[in-house]
Amino acid sequence: MSYIRAEDLSKQYGIGDAAVMAIHDMDFTVESGEFVSIMGESGAGKSTLLSIVGAMTPPTSGKFLVDEIDVYGLGSEKRTDFRREFIGFVFQSFHLVPYLTVVENVMLPLTTVKASKKRKRALAEAALDQVGLTGKEDRLPSQISGGEKERVAIARAIVNDPPVILADEPTGNLDSATSHEIMGLLQRLNREGTTILMVTHSQDCAAYAERVLRVSDGRLIEKDEHRTSNEKQTSTLGTFPG
Amino acid sequence: MNLRDIAFKNLLRRKAKALFVLAGLAIGVSTVVALISFVDAMTQNINHKLEKYGANILIVPKTENLSLTYGGLSLGGVSFEMQEIREQDLTKIKSIKNAANVAGLGPMVFGVVNVEGHKVLLAGVDFKASWILKPWWKVDGTIPGEKGVILGSETATVLGLNQGSPLTIKGRQLIVSGVLKPTGSQDDQLIFMTLKTAQTILNKEGLVSMAEVAALCKDCPIDAMVKQISDVVPGAKVMAIQQVVKGRMEALSQFKKFSYGVSIVVVLVGSLVVLVTMMGSVRERTEEIGIFRAIGFRKSHVFKIVLLEAGFISAAAGIIGYIAGFAVTKGAIHLFSESGGASIQPSLELIGGSFVLAVLVGLMASAYPAYLASRMDPNQALNAI
Repeated sequence: MSYIRAEDLSKQYGIGDAAVMAIHDMDFTVESGEFVSIMGESGAGKSTLLSIVGAMTPPTSGKFLVDEIDVYGLGSEKRTDFRREFIGFVFQSFHLVPYLTVVENVMLPLTTVKASKKRKRALAEAALDQVGLTGKEDRLPSQISGGEKERVAIARAIVNDPPVILADEPTGNLDSATSHEIMGLLQRLNREGTTILMVTHSQDCAAYAERVLRVSDGRLIEKDEHRTSNEKQTSTLGTFPG
Repeated sequence: MNLRDIAFKNLLRRKAKALFVLAGLAIGVSTVVALISFVDAMTQNINHKLEKYGANILIVPKTENLSLTYGGLSLGGVSFEMQEIREQDLTKIKSIKNAANVAGLGPMVFGVVNVEGHKVLLAGVDFKASWILKPWWKVDGTIPGEKGVILGSETATVLGLNQGSPLTIKGRQLIVSGVLKPTGSQDDQLIFMTLKTAQTILNKEGLVSMAEVAALCKDCPIDAMVKQISDVVPGAKVMAIQQVVKGRMEALSQFKKFSYGVSIVVVLVGSLVVLVTMMGSVRERTEEIGIFRAIGFRKSHVFKIVLLEAGFISAAAGIIGYIAGFAVTKGAIHLFSESGGASIQPSLELIGGSFVLAVLVGLMASAYPAYLASRMDPNQALNAI
């Protein structure tokens, strides 16, 4: 059985004449440890799809399963727990909490976990080490660069070791060189076993993925575009500590 | 890193908003503290002043006769020959349940004597108690000893006597120690001397004609005191002067009602300040709360963060409010207490009360914003991209 399964997923916003089908009957699977990018034009339904995959928006119809768990069969709070345990989010705009330091931002997903402060901080420092931000733990988000912010966001996504990372345009606000750094980092995490689903406009970024799901007008128009190892891009800058 | 840390750090970041809520609550609490302290101090002060209005319980011998005097005009039928009260029975008043509320006890003995060819009413009094029971008395002269008398102003005029004048009553040589300034009461027509001397002159040793009691009735029912005194002085009729008592209670009650009313309004305004500010704060933090929810904070966690923030501010407001309220009362009380008799002391009950009030108001006013925050859709964080 595939690790992630979407069965006839549809999502409709509004009712009657104002109804808009954001997603039509999507079927796809993602294997554990895969790196899949979701591509499409603006308004194609990528964000809605990512939101459903992120256990935040119930589909109008269809089923979504992760590790055989019917995600939308769970109650609201159970689904929150599922999100915390199974999914790490990397947002395009970083979405760091401005009044928390770098290490505190990374510790956020551990806030509600029963562990000592010392243990939580050690885990956060290890995650920061993985993304190459050792030494910047006590800075505020306003005191670091865009690329570093994205890395903090990635550290926050991996700090509790979730099996899946959802990345929404992770390089959208970054320059080309920094984008490659970030993609290299995601690629390394994927090689270490993390399943990654990434929404992107960028062909360059999509090239880091093993497979591309193409979305257009709320429909999946291509889901099996596998890349050969020659086609797959490998970061030349992807040598990070850890 | 826990929810408390997040709440605390957010407060530090949004200092202006936190200070606004703090000020709103602290002003509310300080007003309540000031009003309660003020009412308390003024209650004591008013009680103290009301005591000066004189006796509020009368102890007179039991009699079958009806009084035929009104406004100082005697129509006959008043007799001082009725059975009198034994002085020693009055000492039992010290043992009644509410003895601590007895501020003054003034036994009096009366008799008619002939002075310089005039019939005059002689009153033996305990001068020490008289200053408590009749604080309006002003005497030109000194307090008499065993051989002295004080004359009522009219008596002095009629008899043509002044301070230092000698006079003889029933063969006993006495001297006028002082003359009472006009009081507008029957006291102006009396001769006053010590109880002991009067009892000897009138041959009423160990007897008193009546007694006045000044009862401090802030915490006691006057009727209960009347009953208690009746029980220990069986041969006497004990009466409460209802007008004075009711007047005291009415004044205090109105004062309290007013201050409680103002307190409720101020607390409501304070809670509105908290509500509106916390609502604004929650709206400003839509994205942040969305992130919390997206990365796995339950609704209850978000609810708790907002309430923790309100709790921190409210606790501080409770302490600051108490200190400010106490300081304001301390400073202002002299303006309202002409005699300077009113004072306030720190009260543990009020400290605890203001802390609990601030925290309760802060938490209750923040409950709705916290609920709204907890219901926020995590999608808002992603949609904000």
